[in-house]
Amino acid sequence: MVTSTEVESKQYRGITRWGRIVKNLGMILPVGVLSLLIICAIFADVIAPFPYDETSLPERRVPPAWVEGGSTKHFLGTDTLGRDVLSRAVYGARVSLSVSLLAIAITASVGTVLGIISGYTGGRVDAFIMRITDMAMSFPPLLLAILIAVSLGPGFFTVIFALSILGWSGYARIIRGEALRIRNSDFIAQAQVIGVSPWRIMLRHIFPNIQNVLIIGVTLSVGSMILAESAMSYLGIGIPPPMPSWGSMVADGRNDLDRAWWISAFPGIAIGLVVMSGNFLGDWIRDKTDPRLRQL
Amino acid sequence: MSKIILQVEGLRTYFFTRRGVVKAVDGVSFYVHEGETFGIVGESGCGKTVTGLSILRLLPEPAGKIVGGKIILDGTDLLELSKNEMREYRGSMISMILQDPMTSLNPVYTIGDQIAESVRLHQGVRDEMVKEKVISALRLLQIPSPETILGEYPFQMSGGMRQRVVGAISMSCYPRLLIADEPTTALDATIQAQYLALFKEVQRETNVAIIFITHDFGVVASICHRVGVMYAGKIVETATTRELFNNPKHPYTTALINSVPRLDQKDDRLYSIEGQPPSLIDLPPGCRFSPRCSLAREYCHEQEPPEVEISDGHTVSCWRRD
Repeated sequence: MVTSTEVESKQYRGITRWGRIVKNLGMILPVGVLSLLIICAIFADVIAPFPYDETSLPERRVPPAWVEGGSTKHFLGTDTLGRDVLSRAVYGARVSLSVSLLAIAITASVGTVLGIISGYTGGRVDAFIMRITDMAMSFPPLLLAILIAVSLGPGFFTVIFALSILGWSGYARIIRGEALRIRNSDFIAQAQVIGVSPWRIMLRHIFPNIQNVLIIGVTLSVGSMILAESAMSYLGIGIPPPMPSWGSMVADGRNDLDRAWWISAFPGIAIGLVVMSGNFLGDWIRDKTDPRLRQL
Repeated sequence: MSKIILQVEGLRTYFFTRRGVVKAVDGVSFYVHEGETFGIVGESGCGKTVTGLSILRLLPEPAGKIVGGKIILDGTDLLELSKNEMREYRGSMISMILQDPMTSLNPVYTIGDQIAESVRLHQGVRDEMVKEKVISALRLLQIPSPETILGEYPFQMSGGMRQRVVGAISMSCYPRLLIADEPTTALDATIQAQYLALFKEVQRETNVAIIFITHDFGVVASICHRVGVMYAGKIVETATTRELFNNPKHPYTTALINSVPRLDQKDDRLYSIEGQPPSLIDLPPGCRFSPRCSLAREYCHEQEPPEVEISDGHTVSCWRRD
């Protein structure tokens, strides 16, 4: 008997190893970039050549090593206070990534729980949750973030709170739709027939069946969360200085763009890389698992 | 005869919709003995499935409501149980097999996990004992090599095998009553015959009472002991299967039996009943079947016929029963 896995492996034998790597480049590159940045974030103290707040006034606006006047001491140059751009970007990864990953974890959990309850329970509960979701979606997120930052004072948890307070609504909508679809399938009826309680049905029967949608949603939102965090930092309502975040680094360099472009450019490139990696990875997972979800 | 396990009396289930009240089940009474198979036959939309769901109290909320009647299972009126008590009954006392085996299993769990869920829920056993019970449920439904099947996922199995697994889930706690809602419609003819034979054997081993919902008279003839014929939310005739086929009294029953294609007669055209079943929102006055009935007289259109027992266990609701 030939099983399906054997058939697959036979087909694979025809393709060279390089062919397989090229085919999965959409996964390998983003995973590589993201893991590199996560390593930077975790081991920032070891990797960064200088402390993020060490200023050196004689060495202000030193260009990157490969530009005329640059030195290998400061590989990506220094900023207006003579701080090492590379070190700050490495530390910035820590702030940017931890803030956005935490915010994603919060928004995804809240959105999933509300979405499943809404979709499975239906009726008034559903109407109530969905109206709140509509309200959350109709609010301009940056405006609310500024309001929150101003009233609570800037700080790590303020930023996370501001990013999370509206972000769950997108998840709630998508997950509710999925829960609604799954609620009407026969295996849910079968579970009800053997006396499984509603909470257990939501946890054991609905949740596992929406996981792929959730994973896609999470990866695709990495980019937008990083952007939102950077926007907040750029506006000066993010993590307070001297702790660097990529957004605040871009903001720091905006007055010197004509003579010291590197101050803004490198953190900007980092933001771009993460956003693109998140989107590419999300696309790849989506295409692999469920091509029907192209519209997400 | 053995004891009556389920007695349904005057069950009325209505759906409250924007277009009006749909009287899906409108005064249905019947009983089922232990170890007996009671068939409910009728065309689509006559209220068969709703009757089954009403017994389990699993109507689509908030539209569907049981507005009257009694459902007495082994001395307890199910309609008086609390939601939690009812949930305890489901799976352990009553179970149901749904129409489509292809979608009745959760794609993300193995067969073993899915049967174990019901066992854990109702029998309060753990670990090794659970596995034992799961395997015995698979054996009961004659599933070959149960130990390997345990670890398989639904997509790895054929339709007939999946339907057996669904049966194993339903029977895993040895319920007293099993409601089977057209469990064979999605199967092809040879598998159907096997499956029906299996039902009989499971019943012999467990003495479970079965309510078999179907529109197929062939299935009725091969598995049911007694039959109720349902039309527009009412049971119009009840009899033992043999009596019903040999001596149908209600014109609707006669018409249904006549519209089954037969191999031993050469007819050019298949017999069919004129007209459409009535809308359950706007039922005709008098006998519900009267607008389509060839024997109908004027009084049939005016007054609803009572249910009359014409011989032992044979009841019929028709003015023109003679």
